Amino acid sequence: MSERKVRILVAKPGLDGHDRGAKVVARALRDAGMEVIYTGLRQTPEQIVRAAIQEDVQFIGLSCLSGAHNHLFPKVTSLLEESGADDIIVFGGGVIPSDDIPFLKEKGIKEIFGPGTGTDKIINFINSLCDE
Amino acid sequence: MSYEDMKKQLQDEMKKWKEGPLAKTLARAPERREEFTTSSEYVVNPVYTPLDIDEEKYMEELGLPGQYPYTRGVYPTMYRGRFWTMRQYAGMADAAESNKRYRYLLDQGQTGLSVAFDLPTQIGYDSDHSLSNGEVGKVGVAIDTLADMELLFDSIPLDKVSTSMTINAPAAVLLAMYIAVAEKQGVGVDKISGTIQNDVLKEYIARGTYIYPPEQSMRLITDIFEYCSQNIPKWNTISISGYHIREAGSTAAQEVAFTLADAIAYVEAAIESGLEIDQFASRLSFFFNSHLNFIEEVAKFRAARRLWAKIVKERFHAKKENSMRLRFHTQTGGSTLTAQQPDNNIVRVTMQALAAVLGGTQSLHTNSKDEALALPTEESVRIALRTQQIIAHESGVADTADPLAGSYYVEALTDQIEAEAMEYIEKIDELGGAVKAIELGYIQQEIADSAYKYQMGVESGENIVVGVNKFQVEEESPRNLLRIDDIVETRQVERLNKVKENRDNEAVKKALDNLRSAAEGTENLMPFILEAVKAYATLGEISDVMRDVFGEYKPAEIL
Amino acid sequence: MNNIQEFSKEIKKGNKRFIAKAITLIENEDKQATELINSLYEFCGNAKTIGITGPPGAGKSTLVGELVKHIRSLDKTCGLILVDPSSPFTGGAILGDRIRMPELTNDSGVFIRSMGTRGSLGGLAKATRDSVKILDASGYDYVIIETVGIGQAETDIVQTADAVVVVSVPGLGDHIQTLKAGIMEIADLFVVNKADKDGAPKTARELRLMIEMSNYAVEERPPVLLTDALSGTGIPELFTKIEAFIENNLKSGKFESRRKEQLLFEIQDILDYNVKKYIKTKIDKDFYKSKVEEIFNRETTPYVVTEELFNILLNKGE
Repeated sequence: MSERKVRILVAKPGLDGHDRGAKVVARALRDAGMEVIYTGLRQTPEQIVRAAIQEDVQFIGLSCLSGAHNHLFPKVTSLLEESGADDIIVFGGGVIPSDDIPFLKEKGIKEIFGPGTGTDKIINFINSLCDE
Repeated sequence: MSYEDMKKQLQDEMKKWKEGPLAKTLARAPERREEFTTSSEYVVNPVYTPLDIDEEKYMEELGLPGQYPYTRGVYPTMYRGRFWTMRQYAGMADAAESNKRYRYLLDQGQTGLSVAFDLPTQIGYDSDHSLSNGEVGKVGVAIDTLADMELLFDSIPLDKVSTSMTINAPAAVLLAMYIAVAEKQGVGVDKISGTIQNDVLKEYIARGTYIYPPEQSMRLITDIFEYCSQNIPKWNTISISGYHIREAGSTAAQEVAFTLADAIAYVEAAIESGLEIDQFASRLSFFFNSHLNFIEEVAKFRAARRLWAKIVKERFHAKKENSMRLRFHTQTGGSTLTAQQPDNNIVRVTMQALAAVLGGTQSLHTNSKDEALALPTEESVRIALRTQQIIAHESGVADTADPLAGSYYVEALTDQIEAEAMEYIEKIDELGGAVKAIELGYIQQEIADSAYKYQMGVESGENIVVGVNKFQVEEESPRNLLRIDDIVETRQVERLNKVKENRDNEAVKKALDNLRSAAEGTENLMPFILEAVKAYATLGEISDVMRDVFGEYKPAEIL
Repeated sequence: MNNIQEFSKEIKKGNKRFIAKAITLIENEDKQATELINSLYEFCGNAKTIGITGPPGAGKSTLVGELVKHIRSLDKTCGLILVDPSSPFTGGAILGDRIRMPELTNDSGVFIRSMGTRGSLGGLAKATRDSVKILDASGYDYVIIETVGIGQAETDIVQTADAVVVVSVPGLGDHIQTLKAGIMEIADLFVVNKADKDGAPKTARELRLMIEMSNYAVEERPPVLLTDALSGTGIPELFTKIEAFIENNLKSGKFESRRKEQLLFEIQDILDYNVKKYIKTKIDKDFYKSKVEEIFNRETTPYVVTEELFNILLNKGE
């Protein structure tokens, strides 16, 4: 009867208030049978990492449309590492120029989903990593 | 033949047509879809005829331009008198940089300014606040003190331009700064004109740059109404915005409904604070989105105009015609831009801009093709502005008022949108008004549902987005995107520190203390904010005083 | 995780990562969860547990947030379990209660865990009860549980908390009906939240009247308090009343008898669950199918069949 459910934190770091994408993704993940912890707007990287640890999620999905991603996303991964929780997989989305993607990946963001990404792609990404 | 006879004949013809030619064709070749729908999920008929409208109500429902209920436009001459204001929303990095962009746009023939502020400014944080880290100057210009505002409008005479500022929770502070700059330029405050967005309700609903709880926000808003009606008669004190509601995923009808529901809440708050409807209603302005379902969008603008006129007249018993005129700014739909094949966005924006003009907008911002990826470059902003100029000068659509009126489809959709919006407004009334409906999360839920439905439609291929889920190509990642250097933040913080060093800190403290006691009481806060601004108190300091007294808003947990 | 000893040591030290992992084991019904509970059990029983229930829109999360802030101001620590419904169709859930208490995430003396019901119907998740034990063993002074609050009979909370607070708001007419329908009996304290709204005193009056007419002994009638969680008004008073309730029960012996009742329920509940699980492993679906056919054709009856199955289970069990 033991069942391992995917738990995932969806967060909006920084001050950006555009949460349409985050909310749509959260719903799609729920409809794919996952447990989604949504922490709302204006989260600091510290808050995101602490919540992720307490909620024991396997994934953190970050959404940022304000252009502050290069600043905020790597902070999350480095704080995870400091807390010994770098097994949590971080991915991101939003208005992110493709030139920035190599930098973000180098900083430990596993994947970046740009504008126009289907939610099925995100779900597949999560499922494939869970199967590993 | 009488009108009735004509209708009767048409009904018979219609029946024959459906059973005859239409049925035959359908049997041979079915239509592309089982059902055609608009964004508001209205089923679209194969054809529209006089049967779909009630032409006997022409005077009641349409009238003439500049005449109640203003369906055909708010002014008698519309664009034959003068074109809409071409107003590109812009602002980035620091005040000096943005000032340069404004002067460029004015040189290019733009007729009004539209200031974009960065997120810390919009949420009332100084550039050195820990939450501002990484956000300074990113989505707009960073303003910390009056000194920044002085630089922002350097060499731009404030009596010659009208300025729209997208600022909400701290609107009072930025307006006070603008007034102070005007005074310094020697321009009388009765000469300045422009708009502050000042629409906090939609921040709770869709945009997220709120600070204080609803009740206290409403107080600030009505304080501004009152102050402006006495001191800055040409200022539009609020721009009630459906734009962001639509961007968050609403349908066209929901955009109208929730915007007008918010507007009703503002009017009620103002009346409750002791103002007369005719004292402030003419300074209310609106801000809508223009999306891609072309005819539906045109109908939407017309429906909004008509419904608002009726609400102001029948519900609030306004006497002045000016109170009933819904004047609006339009921005083309940011969420319809694609990161894929960005040149296609020029075409999208053209259609959206055309819909706004055919819908009778008073001012227009056209998005730039690269905005799904970053802030626009100068080149792409120019194309966006040229799009408006081509529509104005070459297309001929501006030469008569409301040229699509009388199209059976347009009129039928106008009626439909108005009716649905009214239904929503009645439901929101039942819940106790817009503020209550927001606290309950009702409006947010309706929008989130529509957004999700739309996305699922795109993923199933039912909704086609060219270049995204059909007609894709392999493409190279775009180059030459505008980037805001991190040095902007460092420089801005240095600037802030310098201002703090050079100001009279005693005067600042006194102004902030005065503001605090006024906030704890019931006085109009505008004069106190103005005093603080002139003493070079920072935006963050002023906002913190009010945060202390008013508390902060916590969102409803709605997905 | 191989070393239960190591694990329980970290939990006793209050290591949040381990606490979180332990709760996941419980939620996933991992075998090691039981071992872990067994090894920690002697360290449990010190935390006071408070249940918060009430309909949606009553402001439960905001109230919980303010209550925790108050408890923290008294220098006590707090563990929170926030339960939200799982979708019965997909099993997924959106857990959004943290939105209402973002500042608590930065507080080292607070641990917050969101939990989906995963099919449980009594207002809590199956994992809630054991998760409380983890938080208890890791030294939190208080454990606060926020139930689903979708109006159903949320009776689980009585079996888990030392004190149950039922939150109500003015203007939720149907809610009073819900109270009548059974949630009434589970309340140790009533709160009318959003006290600044019109109708709050009226709602409080109605509640008091209802309490008087129900089965409570006069001295056990739950108090009705007014709060405004958004501004924090009434929260210290609420906490004082909760403390007083628990204190009184401690003195009168009710605290102990309540916990013993809960233990009895827990044993029976675990037993029920294990029996069900056992039945599932012993009787396969095809067997049921053939029996259903027979019953449908009136060849036998449900009672005869169950009697038969019961005998099989007993024989097989030997």
